[in-house]
Amino acid sequence: MEPKDDNISAMCKPAVGEAGRTGDWRDATPIIDHAKCIASVKNRPACYLCWLYCPEGIVTAGVPVKIDLEYCKGCGICAEECPSKAITMVMHEETGK
Amino acid sequence: MSNVQIMTGNSAAAYGARLSKVQVVSAYPITPSTSVTETIANWVERGELKAEYVRVESEHSVMTVCISASTVGARVFTSTSSHGLLYMHEQLHWAAGSRLPIVMCCINRGVGAPWSIFNDQQDSIAQRDTGWIQIYCRDNQEILDSVIQAYRIAEEIYCPVMVCYDGFVLSHTMMPVELPDVDQVCQFLPPYKPHTILSPEDPRNINPVIFPWQRRDAEGVLRDGYMDMRWKLQRALEGSRDVIVRASRDYAERFGRDHGGMLWGYRTEDAEVLIAGMGSIATEATAAADLLREQGIRAGVIGIRVYRPFPRTEVREAFRKAEAIVVFEKNISYGYEGALSADLKAALYGTGTDAPVHNFIAGLGGRDVKTGELVEAVRSSLAAITAGDREKQTWLNCVTE
Amino acid sequence: MPDKLFKVHKKEHILPGNRACSGCGLSLAYRYILKALGENTILTLPASCLTVLHGLYPVTSVGIACLNCTFASTAASASGIVAGLSAMNRSDITVVAIAGDGGTFDIGIQALSGAAERGTDFIFVCYDNEGYMNTGTQRSSATPAGALTTTTPVLTKQQNKKDMMKIMEGHDIPYLATCSPSFPIDLYDKFVKAKRIKGTRYIQIATPCPPGWVFPPRDTVKIGRLAVETGIVVLYEIENGKFRFTGRSKTLAEKGTRAPVIQFVERQGRFKKMSMEQLGQLQKWVNNKWAEYFRRAEAS
Repeated sequence: MEPKDDNISAMCKPAVGEAGRTGDWRDATPIIDHAKCIASVKNRPACYLCWLYCPEGIVTAGVPVKIDLEYCKGCGICAEECPSKAITMVMHEETGK
Repeated sequence: MSNVQIMTGNSAAAYGARLSKVQVVSAYPITPSTSVTETIANWVERGELKAEYVRVESEHSVMTVCISASTVGARVFTSTSSHGLLYMHEQLHWAAGSRLPIVMCCINRGVGAPWSIFNDQQDSIAQRDTGWIQIYCRDNQEILDSVIQAYRIAEEIYCPVMVCYDGFVLSHTMMPVELPDVDQVCQFLPPYKPHTILSPEDPRNINPVIFPWQRRDAEGVLRDGYMDMRWKLQRALEGSRDVIVRASRDYAERFGRDHGGMLWGYRTEDAEVLIAGMGSIATEATAAADLLREQGIRAGVIGIRVYRPFPRTEVREAFRKAEAIVVFEKNISYGYEGALSADLKAALYGTGTDAPVHNFIAGLGGRDVKTGELVEAVRSSLAAITAGDREKQTWLNCVTE
Repeated sequence: MPDKLFKVHKKEHILPGNRACSGCGLSLAYRYILKALGENTILTLPASCLTVLHGLYPVTSVGIACLNCTFASTAASASGIVAGLSAMNRSDITVVAIAGDGGTFDIGIQALSGAAERGTDFIFVCYDNEGYMNTGTQRSSATPAGALTTTTPVLTKQQNKKDMMKIMEGHDIPYLATCSPSFPIDLYDKFVKAKRIKGTRYIQIATPCPPGWVFPPRDTVKIGRLAVETGIVVLYEIENGKFRFTGRSKTLAEKGTRAPVIQFVERQGRFKKMSMEQLGQLQKWVNNKWAEYFRRAEAS
């Protein structure tokens, strides 16, 4: 027997993916060229403007930098703000997705 | 040792809140409710009542403060009338949907346009669909007792309660009121245990948008859609009848005063005509019933104390043997009839009780309702019924030509 | 690691997979607001874009306690939380109201004025995306003159943007500040400071909105930056009546070369019907505002 909702008023708990897999929203995917990314080139924490400006907070500011493509909405801010132009927004028809 | 004081209805309401040890009071002035919260302001500033007193800038904010303070876990109180109640209308819906045990006094006053500061019940009756429990008081003692009972009821079923009483007629009239012992009230009223969780220890998002359909949460549990959640409110209100009756009975046992639970009757056993009303007009009708009996008409009165949830069961029983029903009320649902008359007829539908129901709209905007007028109204109804009028709406003592 | 570089708390309180638009300026600002406030916070917010970001029943995308309220009532909702917490002896919790420009400048102004006048101990945050964006870009009193919205679809908005900061200053409150998601550290620092102050604190965020302002989402940070570079948005704080430029605006004030306003306007589709006269008036408005701010900065 399926348990019933025991809430008498609407109270929510936090969880990832409230809107589903928001990675499906994007029509272009950010691809990092680690030969240009300052943190990778210097092999230590550096720059991280992509992490700073990501509205979703889904950039991992490590060495190397990683973007969570499950939830990246493809806004392109990281690509726009990267000082070494290390990130390219690759349109999906180009990659055949 | 009884503690009887002569006080106005507004003082009685304030004492009800004080004895219930309310923790947050929000206040905005409107005639004729203002002195309720003025009295409380005096107590708070003198240190006689330990409560947060928020002097908000509108009645919409009055109810908002009640909602959020109650959500945090505080026992809250406020009072208003007429346009103040109307101004907070959306928040009344919000409070009920939030399932918060807010207790508010509505000091009944007519609504504009044009302006009326005087008594009728249009203000609270117009809120009957919001999901609040509504209690209509007959006298100042009942006001104090009902405010205390209201917290018991509200906090058991998590629904807000409106304690209504007639503006000026009760709010500003002095009557003897017995103040119950504060420790006894503490025993009658256990501390408020909120069902809402608004706390950094367990972060929740309360009252977001909800879909029409059910939806699974992150743990896979199928949670309610809007309609399911709202059905729970309806279920709570329907179920509140038992809680109201029990609270009334327990109060009577502890404090010796019984105001009747859902409704009360006066000289109804052998009545050939039953008069129905809410609040002070029902009390006045008891005087009319006495006069009618002297004139040979066996009249009785059913006073509807709790209007929402509508006391279907009690009404069916009380009016089962009625041969004629006369409803006096201080409200009108424009384009149709008085709310009590309509609800009464709906409750009796299909039960076999087929008495004619005559609806008298009385006292709007504070027009005085005299006992003699009620007597004449009943007599004229009975004559009209004999002549074949099964349904009739009359505006009492009003220019209608 | 980024927290060492930027001196911010590293925990993300907004969970991925939320319902905010791609490239949302509010979302970016909100990351830093919540980092600065931390978990000992109760939020309250009205019907707005933020409601949607927080998510629909039964899941929320934000790990901070939050109470939703009706559109007009945000500051009163916060007042009730403050009163309730005081009654329960939990006044250590920071109470924060967050509304859009509609819920602050327009429908929310009455409750906000009331709460501020009473000196309510809370932070009121206005994220100003210059219109009713959650309902599809209708005009608000925060919409700048010359902007197209669905309710000013042909003639553009005629009136100047309402100066809400001036209105809030009229309430004798201890702290007011403006900030921008394009300058997240300045924003973060202001919230850290505000958290420590008692009384009513008002913070207004100039939040770019890609669908509402009509620009590609990748330009959100750039547009926000241009707003500051042109002087349309000024980063400042007023603490106990003392005015102070901060961050990039401070640099501009000291070195004095603001970019012409057209650089901000020309990148946004909402301004495509802006007349030359309106553009001229905007430049004049910016110049006048800066003259006033210079006088205040000197006097402080």
